[in-house]
Amino acid sequence: MSETTENVDTVEITVNGRAVMARKGEMVIAATDRAGEHIPRFCYHPRMSPVGMCRQCLVEIDTGRGPMLQPSCMVPVAPGMVVDTESPTTKRAQEGILELLLANHPLDCPVCDKGGECPLQDQAFSHGPGESRYVEEKRHYEKPIDISALVKLDRERCILCDRCTRFADEVAGDALIHFVERGNATQVMTYPDEPFSSHFSGNTVQICPVGALTATPYRFKARPWDLEQADSTCTTCSVGCRTSVHSSRDRVLRFQGVDDDNVNWGWLCDRGRFNFESIHAESRLADPLIRTAEGLVATDWSSAMSITADLVRSALERSGPSSIAILGGARGTNEDAWAWAALADALGVTRRDAQLDDGLPVGVLGFERATIEDAARAATVVLLGPDLKEELPILHLRLRHAAVEGRTRILEFSPTGSGLTKHAWRSVRTPVGAAAATVAATLADAEVAAQLGSGPVVIVAGRHDLASSGDQVMAAVQAVLRAVPTATVLPALRRGNVVGALNAGCRPDGAGNDARSILVDAAEGRIEVLFLLGADPLADVPDADLARRALQGARRVVSLDGHGCASTMVAADVVLPAAVMAEKSGTTTNLEGRVSTVSHKVTVHGTARPDWMVAVELALALGHDLGVGSLEDITGRLASGGAALGAIWAPSIAVGEPVTVESVAPSGYDYRLVVSRVLYDGAVSTSNSASLAPLTAGPGVSMHPLDMERLGVVDGDVVTVTAGRGGVELPVCADDRLDRGVVWVPFGQGGGDPRELISGGAVTDVSIARVS
Amino acid sequence: MARFNETNLATAHEIIARYPRPKSALIPLLHLAQEQDGYVTDEAMRQIADLVGVTPAEVIGTGSFYEMFRFEPTGRYLINICGTMSCALLGASDLLHAAERTLGIHAGGTTADGMFTLHQAECQAACTEAPCLQVNYRYRFRMTPDGVEQLIDDLRAGRLDDEIPPHGTLARVRQHIPADRGVGAVDPDAVDGPPAWIPVTVEGAGS
Repeated sequence: MSETTENVDTVEITVNGRAVMARKGEMVIAATDRAGEHIPRFCYHPRMSPVGMCRQCLVEIDTGRGPMLQPSCMVPVAPGMVVDTESPTTKRAQEGILELLLANHPLDCPVCDKGGECPLQDQAFSHGPGESRYVEEKRHYEKPIDISALVKLDRERCILCDRCTRFADEVAGDALIHFVERGNATQVMTYPDEPFSSHFSGNTVQICPVGALTATPYRFKARPWDLEQADSTCTTCSVGCRTSVHSSRDRVLRFQGVDDDNVNWGWLCDRGRFNFESIHAESRLADPLIRTAEGLVATDWSSAMSITADLVRSALERSGPSSIAILGGARGTNEDAWAWAALADALGVTRRDAQLDDGLPVGVLGFERATIEDAARAATVVLLGPDLKEELPILHLRLRHAAVEGRTRILEFSPTGSGLTKHAWRSVRTPVGAAAATVAATLADAEVAAQLGSGPVVIVAGRHDLASSGDQVMAAVQAVLRAVPTATVLPALRRGNVVGALNAGCRPDGAGNDARSILVDAAEGRIEVLFLLGADPLADVPDADLARRALQGARRVVSLDGHGCASTMVAADVVLPAAVMAEKSGTTTNLEGRVSTVSHKVTVHGTARPDWMVAVELALALGHDLGVGSLEDITGRLASGGAALGAIWAPSIAVGEPVTVESVAPSGYDYRLVVSRVLYDGAVSTSNSASLAPLTAGPGVSMHPLDMERLGVVDGDVVTVTAGRGGVELPVCADDRLDRGVVWVPFGQGGGDPRELISGGAVTDVSIARVS
Repeated sequence: MARFNETNLATAHEIIARYPRPKSALIPLLHLAQEQDGYVTDEAMRQIADLVGVTPAEVIGTGSFYEMFRFEPTGRYLINICGTMSCALLGASDLLHAAERTLGIHAGGTTADGMFTLHQAECQAACTEAPCLQVNYRYRFRMTPDGVEQLIDDLRAGRLDDEIPPHGTLARVRQHIPADRGVGAVDPDAVDGPPAWIPVTVEGAGS
C-alpha cells in the first residue's frame, strides 16, 4: 500500500474502455479502486488477503479468451486485461448475488445499529435488483449472543464474508472465532466457553459489512446520520493511531480507526477504541478545588489561579526555582507541554519530567530514530522492549505482520516472553539484571551476527520491567549499537504523548532532575510546589512507598487533572480541572516523533481548561508573558521548531553516557521479580470506562511450575511475596514460559500491589512463601 | 475418558510426526478422538488444539464441517436409516418406526445404555438396494422391519462384533508407517528440489 509508484512495475489494463496503470501483482479490484471505478464488495479488505467469499465483486474480465465473470478481488491484473464493471452481464451477476445474500439477511435495518452506514444496505440500493423473488421464511438464530465482553453477534445478519474470522486469524493472530458447521448452518462462532477475548476484537465490528457484529459500548447509542465526525489521534499509548471521533448531542459515542499507511493501517486496539467512555465518566472534575480543613472544596478559577500563583511566588522567594518541580505532561498535547515548558523556562524551573520513573532515561530519544515503517521493513528487529501486545498493541500488529510475511526477523530479548515470542526468529530469555551481557553474548553468535549483517536493524526499546531500572534497557540498547552501529532505535515509551512532551521541553535537564530525584527531594521536604500535569504518582510510580512519601513531603501539590485520580484526591492542595482528549485541539507526537492532530469534538466538562491555557495564565499572573495568546500561536511556535504536521519531529536530545550496569547476583531472596504492564490495568482511561474496567485480569503472580512444586502450591493458592520492605499476598499461577527463579506480576490489577515491593534498586528480589 | 489415553496420545504424536506441519494432523486426530470415545469431546478438541498448535475454535470449525464427526455422546452403534427417495418409496419409514419401537427412542436419540444412536439419514448411494440402512457406516440392504428388529437384537447380543466395530473405529488394525518410509517433517518452504514423492529420475521433474 505504501510503496511509491516509481519503484513498482506497472501493468496497463483497460477498465470500462479507459487505460489504467495497475501495479504488478495487485488484484483487479485494487486497480479499479484507484482508478475511481467502484466495484461492490463485502469480503474484500485491502489490509487482508483476498478470499473470494462473497462473490459480490464479479465483473466481466477479458484476458484474451473473451469476457468472463470473475471475482475481481481474486484475479491479479495482467497486461492487456479488459475489465468491464458496468456491462449488462456484470450488472445481472451483481444483482443476482445481492438477491441471494438477502435471501436470508433480515430486513431489520430500522432497528439495526449498522443501518445508515451498512455496506449491505448501501450496495443493495446501488447494485441490487430492488426486489427479491424469495418468499421463504428466513433463517432464525438466537438474537445477539455475546462472543466477548465487548462484541455481540447477530448470526441472522451474517453474510459469511470471512472478514472477522480472517482478521482474527491473519491480523490479530487470535483465531478465537471461526466458521463452524457447514452449508446452510454455517455460522461464525467461538469455542464453547472460550470468548473472543482478543485485544483487537473491536476491529471486527468496524469491518463487519453488515450489522452482525456490534460493539456493546456503542449498541443503540446513536444512528450513523446523527453522528458528527472529526479525524483525530488516539493518545492512549504512544503509537498514535489515527482515529475518527464520533459524537452525538455533545457526547463522544465511539472511535473508529482511520487507515494511515505509516501508523495503524485502520486498526485500533480495544483499549484505545472503547476508552472514550472515560471522557464522560462521573469522576471528571468540573471545578477547581482547594484543600481546606474540610477537605477539597470547589472554588472558582480566579481564586484557584491566584492561590497557585501565590504558592509559586513564595516558593521562588523562599527557596528558588529548584524547589519547584513539574511531573507529567504526557497525557496532553504538544501545545500543552510546550506552554508548561515555556512557563518553567520563564521561572527558571529545571526540574521537570514527563515520565514517572516508569519509562527510560530521556537519552533514548537521542539515538538515531527509526519509524514504525522502518521497523516493519527492517531485516531484523531487536526487541528490547515491553510486551508490545500489551503496551503498544498496534505496533505489535505491524511487527507481527512483518514477521509473518517473512520480511522481518525478530530477535527478542525478554525475561518473560511476549505476544511476539511465537513469531520471533530467536527469543532469548534474558536474566533480569544482566540484559546487556546477554545481548552482547547473543550478538557474538555467528548466525545472529550474519542475520544482523543482512540488512537494516531496528531496535525497539522500552521498559518491560518496572521492578528493575531503566538503565538496564539503555545498557542493552548500547550493547546492540556497539555490535551494529548503524541500527536505529524506536523508543517504545508508553504514555500517549510522552515523546511530544519530552521533545517540547517537559524533560529533565541533566542528571538529578528526573522524576525519581524529584520524588526523593519531595520526600525529604526540599520541594515547595509540586505540579502534577495529568500525572498520578500514587498509581504509576513503580516505587509506591517513594510516591507516598513524596506527595506527603512536598509542601504544596498543584494537580492539573481530568479525572480526579488518586494523587489528586489524596494529596493535591489545589486541583485545576483539565480538558481531556476530544475536548481540546492541538497536536500530538507519537513514538516515532510523528506529529498529528487531535480534534476538539465535544464541549469541555464543567469549567475544565486545556493545560496550555492554564500555563499561559499562570505565567501572566507571575509577571511573565509567554508571547502566545492562542493555541494557533503555540502550534506556530512548534512548527517553526520543526514539529510540522505529519512530519517526524526530533529535536536533538543528548544521548546519555554509556551505561554500564553490573549484573546483579541473586540476593538472599529466592526469586527475581518482574513487573510489567498488561493492556487493561488501573490506568485512568481504562478504569473510568465502564466497559473496560471489568476486563482487568485481577492480581496474581506467575511462576514456573517446578518452582510452584518446590513451594508446594498449586494454581490459585495464595502466597506471600516479600521484598526487603514489605510483603503482598497474591494468588499464584503456573507459567512455563518463565525461567525458574523468575516471578512475574502484572501491574495495576488491584489487590496486592507489586509496587509495594519495588524500591528503585537495579533489580527487585523477593521471597515467596505459602500462606498456610 | 475425554482426553487421549496414554496409548492414543502416543499414537497422536506419531501421527503428528508424519506431517511437515503439525496442523495437518488435525483431522486424523479428530478421528482418533472419535475412535476413543465414540464422539469428539470438548476436552479432546482442546487437547488437539494444544497438540497441533491451533486454537480450539479452529478445531471445532474444521471438525464441525464434516458430517461424520459427532460432538455429542453417541451409542456404540450408530444406525443411519435412509429416508431419501428410493428408500422412502420402498418403506424406509416402516424401518424407522420399527427401529424406534424396538429401541424405545426417537430418531436423533441415543438409548440410555449407550448402545444405540438412531438417525434418519439422507441418500446413502445404494438406491438399487433400497430400502437400506447403515450401522456404523456398514450397509444393510433391502431391509424389512423384521430385519431391523433382528439386526438390533444381534447387535445387542454381540453376534455381529466381528463384522461391526464400535462407532468411531476407522480400522481394527492401525497402520504404522516406519519412520524410514515417511517423508518426515520437512518444511515445505525449505525444499529446493522437486516434491519428495516424485522420484528424481523422472525426466523434467521439478523444472
